[in-house]
Amino acid sequence: MGGNPNSSQSHSSHDHSSHSDSSHHQSFWSQYVFSTDHKVIGIQYLFMSLFFLLFGFCLVLLMRWQLAYPGQPMPFIGKLFGESNMPGGVMLPEFYNQLGAMHGTIMVFLGVVPLGFAVFGNYLIPLQIGAKDMAFPRLNMFSYWLFFAGGLLMLSSFFLPSGPAGNGWTSYPPLSDISHDGQTVWLLSMFIIIISSLLSSLNFITTIFQMRAPGMTFERLPFFVWAQLTTAFLLLLAFPPLEGAAFLQLFDRLLGTSFFLPSGLFVNGQVAQVSGGGNALLWQHLFWFLGHPEVYVIILPALGIVTEIIACNTRKNISGFNMMRYSVIFLGFLSFVVWSHHTYLTGMGTNITAFFQTTTMIISIPSIIIISALFITLWGGSIRFNIPMLFALAFLPMFGFGGLTGLPLGLAATDIPLHDTYYVIGHFHYVVAPGVILGLFAGIYYWFPKATGRKMNDVLGHLHFWPTLITMNLVFFPMLIQGLMGVNRRMYDGGATYLFAHNVLYWNVIETWAAYILALGQLPFIFNFFYSIWNGEKVTSDNTWHSSTLEWATPTPPPHGNFIKPITVYRDPYSYSLEGAPKDYSPQDQKEI
Amino acid sequence: MEKTDLAHEIPESEKFIPYIVNPREDTGLYNAKFGIWLFLASEVMLFGSLFSAYILLRVGSFSWPVQSDIQNVPIGAVNSIILLSSSIFFIRAWVALKADDIAKYKKFMYLVILFAFMFLTLKGVEYYQHFSHHEYPKTSVFLAIYFLMTGLHALHIIGGILVNAYYVGPGMYLRAKDKQWFINRVEVAGLYWHFVDVVWIFLFSTLYLF
Repeated sequence: MGGNPNSSQSHSSHDHSSHSDSSHHQSFWSQYVFSTDHKVIGIQYLFMSLFFLLFGFCLVLLMRWQLAYPGQPMPFIGKLFGESNMPGGVMLPEFYNQLGAMHGTIMVFLGVVPLGFAVFGNYLIPLQIGAKDMAFPRLNMFSYWLFFAGGLLMLSSFFLPSGPAGNGWTSYPPLSDISHDGQTVWLLSMFIIIISSLLSSLNFITTIFQMRAPGMTFERLPFFVWAQLTTAFLLLLAFPPLEGAAFLQLFDRLLGTSFFLPSGLFVNGQVAQVSGGGNALLWQHLFWFLGHPEVYVIILPALGIVTEIIACNTRKNISGFNMMRYSVIFLGFLSFVVWSHHTYLTGMGTNITAFFQTTTMIISIPSIIIISALFITLWGGSIRFNIPMLFALAFLPMFGFGGLTGLPLGLAATDIPLHDTYYVIGHFHYVVAPGVILGLFAGIYYWFPKATGRKMNDVLGHLHFWPTLITMNLVFFPMLIQGLMGVNRRMYDGGATYLFAHNVLYWNVIETWAAYILALGQLPFIFNFFYSIWNGEKVTSDNTWHSSTLEWATPTPPPHGNFIKPITVYRDPYSYSLEGAPKDYSPQDQKEI
Repeated sequence: MEKTDLAHEIPESEKFIPYIVNPREDTGLYNAKFGIWLFLASEVMLFGSLFSAYILLRVGSFSWPVQSDIQNVPIGAVNSIILLSSSIFFIRAWVALKADDIAKYKKFMYLVILFAFMFLTLKGVEYYQHFSHHEYPKTSVFLAIYFLMTGLHALHIIGGILVNAYYVGPGMYLRAKDKQWFINRVEVAGLYWHFVDVVWIFLFSTLYLF
């Protein structure tokens, strides 16, 4: 029924499409700001999420001063934060809590997840499946602007008279129900961010199913696309319960209901005037139903990036590629039934605990299969130690270490003494910082030439990589030691009030200075990033790294519409060093190997 | 959905983004239909989390009212019938649109919107009755979750009204561009509308009865 006489008047947003668009003129606004092009949107996300990563990092740098030197005025900048936050340059506990809550929220929801999922997903999924754009380009733009609005709203809460939310990134009630206005803004902002990521994930899944080029069967999808597909499903199905929970908490805060407030609640030594009858555990279940899939939302894009880089830089197919695909799907399913290993301390009963211990132990299997497959891939490869590969290689042991330190936390008997200690902080930061963030850096260095036509500088790359790797370990490894000694993770003085902590308090100073050196170590990256956009070494080939996947079959940088010729896919994604091939890589879109 | 002839020429609207109008061979769906099913999946999780919250709160409560005593069951039942009828009207509107019978399409779409407004009006009457009995969200946990879930559902109804009104009003110009594309858009709006109706059936049986 499609061919009706009127169809020649094409839709205005699509009519500039079928030719490559170097000659096509758009205004600055529609080309760079309100663009529906997935690559531009990906880069918009990139700048936003890198800004938020830096911002969230700065928050924790403030906290680290207080942890290392509790009660001492912060030199130089301490006075800038006002008498209500840091009288005389000494941080108040309330301000410390706000910094902690905002650090977690910003890093997770506005930094790492957008960087891994929205930036690389937007930029690469259509390229890697041979599509001209996302399935819903305008929806994609809408997602970005929602994210932008949600991020601004979150930042704006710093200017509230009461300050931003200070109830931890998990916002556990009853505290979050009865705390000041910052929490309301937090909920509204999260609400907007959730809708944004819902629409993105819906768009990504539809794109992967509907927009694949001819010949691009599911067997031929690169692992990165598989990882993004799983991630998108997790976001799509796990985020709505947090949205529901945000509704409940907004009702509690604005309409005086008691979804999360039990009867007879004591606040400041007095029975609080609440209608009561609620259940504080309800929030924890709804939050962690999102929260645990969220962990995989953070990890999987980085795993996908690292897989691409390792396959290309070892010049061989990924060993056990099939197992990796099945593992990532299995992991996606299983991540929905492990959430309560975050709540062993709530006394929810041994039966439930036993169930979640079992699923938690099972879910480590697919993760280990994936990591092992990547390690085995290195065997017999002709490895090129370029900057992206260095980051990817560092990712493997660091992420593995983060995962292994999580095992004691998955079992209730060992989790209960460790749960509220620095051990947990050390564990999940190992997963996220030296693990995922190194993987994301690898992706930036790897695809930078495709996006800009210029390479990032190698010397500066080394200056970025080595300090980052070393200082991250210096920051987070001592936390494991402190945690095993029982230092509570929420102490605003770093544990100074506890006698038993005094033996390990000197680590606080080491961690703090390592964190400051880590911050300095990011300067080469920031400089390199902006310098190379305009002055980096120009690439001489569209396929900088001699890769076989489709994103390198585009012009550099890819124009609107991406490919200048119709794409047909003939072979598996990692076709390196095929027997009888003239080169050591055989692009997916070339008929002859 | 009728079987579409797959050996078609690529329509102008699909030159850039394929499968806007015609379904893709291996998935059997056009993009928007794929997308709306995913969206509905996320909606299932949203309402599912609230139903789970309801169960947890009710199981953990010391006292729970007999719901049918403080609820207006007849109004709720009538509202169920109203929404189900509007779903049927929607299907008839879509069938008429496919048969190119615009007058009939418009007639049934107006009925869909009218019935949606009737639903909201009756819902407002119920809310009014609750407020006049001094029953507010903060009165009890049951009323809190009742107002939250039905309120969220009402927001979904309002969203549906906006979409449906667009496709029978200002959005009609889209039909002139590509008829099949427009039929697809209406079908997708219909899937959403049916979902919102189904949610009400669950809400009615959970929050009004037993």
